[in-house]
Amino acid sequence: MIRTPLRPLARILSARAKGENPDAIEKENLRLRHEEMRDRSRQKAEGRLLLLGLVFLGLFGTVGVRMGVLAATQPVEPRTGQNGPLITAGRADITDREGRILATNLVTHALYAQPRLMIDPAGAAEKLALIFPDLDAEKLKKDFTGSKKFLWIKKKISPEQMQLVHEIGDPGLLFGPREMRLYPNGALAAHVLGGSAFGREGVASAEVIGTAGVEKTFDNWLRDPANGGAPLQLSIDLSVQATVEEVLDGGMRLMNAKGATAILMDVKTGEIISMASLPDFDPNTRPQPLTKGPAGDSPLFNRAVQGVYELGSTFKIFAVAQALDLGIVTPDTVVDTKTPMFWGKYKINDFHNYGAELPVTEVIVKSSNVGTAHIIGMVGPERQQTFLKSLGLFEPTPVELIEAPTGKPLVPKKWSEISMLTISYGHGLSASPLHLAAAYAAMVNGGTRVQPTVLKTNKPQQGERVISEKTSAQVRSLLRQVVVRGTASFGEVPGYAVGGKTGTADKAKPTGGYYDDKVIATFASFFPAYDPKYVLIVTLDEPVESSGSEPRRTAGWTSVPVAAEMIRRVAPLLGLRPEVEPGAEAALTTVKN
Amino acid sequence: MRSIILTLSLIAIMGLGFWAYRENYRTQAELAEVRTLQSEIGDLRESLSVLNAEWAYLNRPDRLRELADLNFERLGLLPLEPEQFGDVAQITYPTAENPLLAPVTDPIATVASLDQTP
Repeated sequence: MIRTPLRPLARILSARAKGENPDAIEKENLRLRHEEMRDRSRQKAEGRLLLLGLVFLGLFGTVGVRMGVLAATQPVEPRTGQNGPLITAGRADITDREGRILATNLVTHALYAQPRLMIDPAGAAEKLALIFPDLDAEKLKKDFTGSKKFLWIKKKISPEQMQLVHEIGDPGLLFGPREMRLYPNGALAAHVLGGSAFGREGVASAEVIGTAGVEKTFDNWLRDPANGGAPLQLSIDLSVQATVEEVLDGGMRLMNAKGATAILMDVKTGEIISMASLPDFDPNTRPQPLTKGPAGDSPLFNRAVQGVYELGSTFKIFAVAQALDLGIVTPDTVVDTKTPMFWGKYKINDFHNYGAELPVTEVIVKSSNVGTAHIIGMVGPERQQTFLKSLGLFEPTPVELIEAPTGKPLVPKKWSEISMLTISYGHGLSASPLHLAAAYAAMVNGGTRVQPTVLKTNKPQQGERVISEKTSAQVRSLLRQVVVRGTASFGEVPGYAVGGKTGTADKAKPTGGYYDDKVIATFASFFPAYDPKYVLIVTLDEPVESSGSEPRRTAGWTSVPVAAEMIRRVAPLLGLRPEVEPGAEAALTTVKN
Repeated sequence: MRSIILTLSLIAIMGLGFWAYRENYRTQAELAEVRTLQSEIGDLRESLSVLNAEWAYLNRPDRLRELADLNFERLGLLPLEPEQFGDVAQITYPTAENPLLAPVTDPIATVASLDQTP
C-alpha cells in the first residue's frame, strides 16, 4: 500500500509560497489518515460481528429444528442399549400374599365402525346382530347409513367373535387393541379388589382406571411404569379367602340372613388375611350402584368396612378391660347385676335374670348388660371416651380401601351418662366390623394398637399401648371362658382354643327405635387363646335359626357356629396345627397373681 | 517417495471406506435383528400374560372345588382338616418284614436298588 506522505513537498512549497501555514496541511493529512484507519477497523469489527451472529443463528437454528422434530415425531422405543431399568406400560397385576394372581390384564380388541368405508352397511348390520345377540340390527342400520363418521360397537370382544366379524369382510368394521382388566377368580375378594373401567378411549389404546377398592386406592401406583411390572401384593390369602367365603355363604343361607361379613386379621401385623362381605358381585362385570333404596342393600356395599352397626355385647370386653387395667376391679370382684337396673328414667334389662350379683368373670361369660353398666359406672364417661378413642372407634379405619372413609363410626354428640352405660354394652355407638377386629386385636395381642392393612407387611406393628400385658392376658382368659362355658359354647373348636365374645344387637329402624325381630349377630373371636395369632369377626345381618320350637336370633345360635366352622376349616390352611391347650389351670393362676 | 506415500494413503482410504461400508451394513442388520427380537419378546410377554391369566382362571378355587367334587370317587379329595396334622412320633418305625420299609443302612445300595425298580 502506498502511504500518503503527511507533508507532500509540492503542497508545502506552494503553501509556503502563498504564505499559508504548512502545518495545516500536515494536520489535514493526519486527520484523513486516521479516518481511513478508523473505517478499516470498523469494517473488520462489523465483519466479525456478522460472522459471530451467523454462527449463533446457525447453532440456535439447529437447536430449534431439533426441538421441533422431537416434538413432532411419534415416540419410538429405544432399540439399542438394553441395560436400563425395565419399564412396562401395562397396569400392574394384583396378587395375594403367596403371589397368586387376583387381577391381571388380558389383550383383547374393541370393535368400531367407520360407516363411510362400508360397502354393505345394511348387510353388515344384520350379520353383526347375529354375532352379538344384544345388538339391535335396526339401530345399527340407522347408525351405519346415517351421517355418523365413527361409532364404537363393542368395547371388548373375544378372539372368536373377532374372527366372526373378520368373516363379514366389511372394510368399515375395524378393531382397536385393548388391554382389559381380568379378575380370574370371579367374585372372590370382590370388595377388596373393587373394579376397573375404561377411562379415556382412543382407537389405538384405552386407559384402564380403578373404580373402587384397592384398584382405586392404588390407581396411580398400579399405572406407574417405573415399578417395572412389579405386582401389588395384598395380605389376602386366596385359599383362605375362598374357604371363608364358602363357609360364610353356607352359614348365611343356613341362618336365613340377608347379609354377612367376615374378617380374618393377624393380631400382630394387622394384615387382613381375608375379608368377605355377602352378597357380593363379580368385579369383571361390576354392577351399577343402586339409584334408589338404602345403599347397604347393594352387593357393592362392603359391610366389613362401610357397614356401621351397633355391635352389641362384643363391646362389653372394652369396659371390663378398662376397669381391669385401671385396677378398679379384678376378675373376682363381685358387681351388682339386679335386673332391671334403673338409671333416671331409663331402664336397663338383661336377657335373663342372672341373680343379684356376679363376679366380673361371670358378667362377661354370661354377658350381663347390668353388670357391665355398673362396671363402667365406676370408670366414668371421660375415661371411657378416651379409651374407646385410643382403640380407634371414633375415626374411620385407616385400611387402604377407597371406601374406608365412608365407614365412619356413629358416636353420640353428647356423651351423657346414659350413653356411657349403653355404649358399655354396645348400644349407642355404631362401628364397622373392621373397627371391632382392630380393637379386639389390640385387646388380645398384648395390649398394643394395630392398624388394619390389606398390604402384605410381615412385620409386627409397634402401636401405642392401650392396655397392659397383664390386662391383655386377663382379657384372653375371660374371653376363652366365654367359649368354654358361656354364651359362645358352640364356638369351641378342638385343638384351637378359641376365645371370643358374642354380640346380638337389635337393628335400628330408619325411622327411630329398634326392630323386635331384626338383629345384627356378631361373634368376635381370636385363636389360639393362649397365644393369639388371628382375630376373626363374623357378623350376620338379620339371622334367624329356626330349628327349635321358636326362632332363635342370638349370636350364640347364629354367628358362633358359623365362626367355629370357619376356624375349623381355615386354621389348618393358615398352617396352625391343633394343639393341646397348655394347662388351663396354670393360665388361671397366672391371672390371679 | 512422494508418490509411494500418496499411493499408500489412497489404498488406506479405500480400505477404510470399505470397512466403514461393511460396518454400516452390519450395524443396520443388527438393528433389524434387535427389532425382530424385541417384537418377539413383546409377543412372548403378551402370551405369557395370557397364559398366566389362564392359569389363574383354571386354578380358581371355585373350579378346583367343583372338580374335586366331580372326581371324588377317583381322588377322594376333602378339605384340609385339623385331624390331618400328624406328629413324627405317630409314625411307626419300619419293620423288617417289608424290605422297602427297612431302615436304610447303606444309602448307596438303597438308591441303586430304587433305580432298578421299575
